[in-house]
Amino acid sequence: MALLEVEGLRTVFPSQEGEVSAVEGASFSLSEGEVLGLVGESGSGKSVTAFSLMRLVQAPGRIAAGSVRFEGRDLLSLDEREMRKLRGRRMSMIFQEPLSSLNPVWTVGQQVMEPMLLHGGVTRREARERALAMLARVGIADAARRFNDYPHQLSGGLRQRVMIALALVCEPKLLIADEPTSALDVTIQAQILELLRDLQRELGMAILMITHDLGVVAEIADRVNVMYAGRIVESAPVETLFRAPAHPYSAGLLQSVPDMGEERERLPTIRGIVPRPGEMPPGCAFAPRCPYADAACTVAPPPVHTLTDDHAAACVRPLGAHG
Amino acid sequence: MATRRSGPRFGHRIKIGLGAAIVLGAVLMAILAPLLAPHDPYRQDLLARLQPPVWAEQGAWKHPLGTDNYGRDLLSRLIYGSRLSIMVGVSAALLSAVLGSVLGMLAGYKGGWLQQVIMRFADAHLAFPEILLAILIVAAVGGSALNLILVLGVSGWMVYARVMYNLTRAVRERPFIEAAVSHGASDAYILARHVFPQLVPVLTVVCTLQVAQMILQETALSFLGLGLPPPTATWGNMLAEGRDRLWVAPWIANFAGLAIILVVWGINMLGNGLREHLDPKAKERR
Repeated sequence: MALLEVEGLRTVFPSQEGEVSAVEGASFSLSEGEVLGLVGESGSGKSVTAFSLMRLVQAPGRIAAGSVRFEGRDLLSLDEREMRKLRGRRMSMIFQEPLSSLNPVWTVGQQVMEPMLLHGGVTRREARERALAMLARVGIADAARRFNDYPHQLSGGLRQRVMIALALVCEPKLLIADEPTSALDVTIQAQILELLRDLQRELGMAILMITHDLGVVAEIADRVNVMYAGRIVESAPVETLFRAPAHPYSAGLLQSVPDMGEERERLPTIRGIVPRPGEMPPGCAFAPRCPYADAACTVAPPPVHTLTDDHAAACVRPLGAHG
Repeated sequence: MATRRSGPRFGHRIKIGLGAAIVLGAVLMAILAPLLAPHDPYRQDLLARLQPPVWAEQGAWKHPLGTDNYGRDLLSRLIYGSRLSIMVGVSAALLSAVLGSVLGMLAGYKGGWLQQVIMRFADAHLAFPEILLAILIVAAVGGSALNLILVLGVSGWMVYARVMYNLTRAVRERPFIEAAVSHGASDAYILARHVFPQLVPVLTVVCTLQVAQMILQETALSFLGLGLPPPTATWGNMLAEGRDRLWVAPWIANFAGLAIILVVWGINMLGNGLREHLDPKAKERR
């Protein structure tokens, strides 16, 4: 049984033109211990998807439809108190900006102890010991001394390690990582990804890795979902996606990644811009930018084509199936 | 450049130092009243009525600041009066701080109808003359130290509520609040542990300034005869008693008035100094 099963998730925000959906009918699942990448540009709805899973979407935004099953329970029907018991204990989240995600007035150690104290079952002393162990485990040398430091005294990489310790200290089954490396230097990025990968194996948890960076996906993910304009347009194992992308958007994304081996004058780009929410074309949202689009693409949202067992694309004419 | 900057740069330190000295003096005076006062503030001596202070022609060291209409020693009454004035002022300011902070933080954090109810109520209350409300209530329930604290405390909540409301709204948008929710924190926990600590500096300043306001209000109520009933020694009562003898014995009202001015000025200076000290924008201007 899958650890997390999302069906037809639709999250909407009110606007002057009525409600617009930031996530439109997203469906995917995540097995225990699996790392799933969720890739897309800014505004593609990947972060809103993540926040929807934790039920952290702030009013006036709301989840309008769909179901989220986690460990067999429908999260969208839980009351807030039961949801709180899951957050930080069974499912956790790390954020893009570690400095602003840590409270400036408490020490690092106090904050790492927080989830354990919130969920109870431990004494302060045990919480302290486990927090120290966790700080050491995420690779903070001198954890005992860092324990009493304030977030502003740490470097960006250390802060992200603290965030990870904070999220994993209760050993959750699912970690949602929202662009965890985007604010870091490239060298630090690699270290953090490696750390996440190690911890994932050690703790046997699943990770939903949200990123705009295909390099991050290649590094860490087993499977990847590509999101465009609020919809998941392609889902495939990482190797398959990189070798044979089926959706023209995924193909475009891959082409615009610089390749060290090749010499090219200019990187190919995807022409045009993402349509604004509320101005979605009636058919495929990518059609106006798609080099292969024709009349069939502008009629209705494209159906999901299953290419193989684990590879699907929402396209009228997926690339692999051409001709 | 250096000399131009040195003035305003140290301005807030002078304010804090001087203000704190005055406040500390007043508080010590209140605490040590039995040791400092030369006489029993309530002992009447009808043979020594309306004696002028020591520096006037008929003054004597026995009563350094003179005596009132009943021959009570003014210096002793002034010293004992500080007890009630400061106690009532501080307690009332703290009470309204608790009420206003809780309501303001709730309104700012929860938003929605709760915010509408609390903040509209605060607006309405602000538009209503505070002293009038205080007069009404004290006239109805009678003046005692506890009643005064309750009335002044309850009638001062909206100043805090508005400040805390606005600050809470700003803090609520900061990512660490969302992170705390994602770790499983409840609203009450987040307000107490993540929102409140960010508001303490401002709360300190508002609370300090409010103590001065509360002392003034207590004095005003006493002056109107709605404070603590005579013969209790409070600065407002002394002011009221001195009013009738202003032409014959101006010192009775004068010293009480001076004490009020000095303490309120000191507290305000301390509060303003703290505000400048804690305000990063004010630091940039310096």
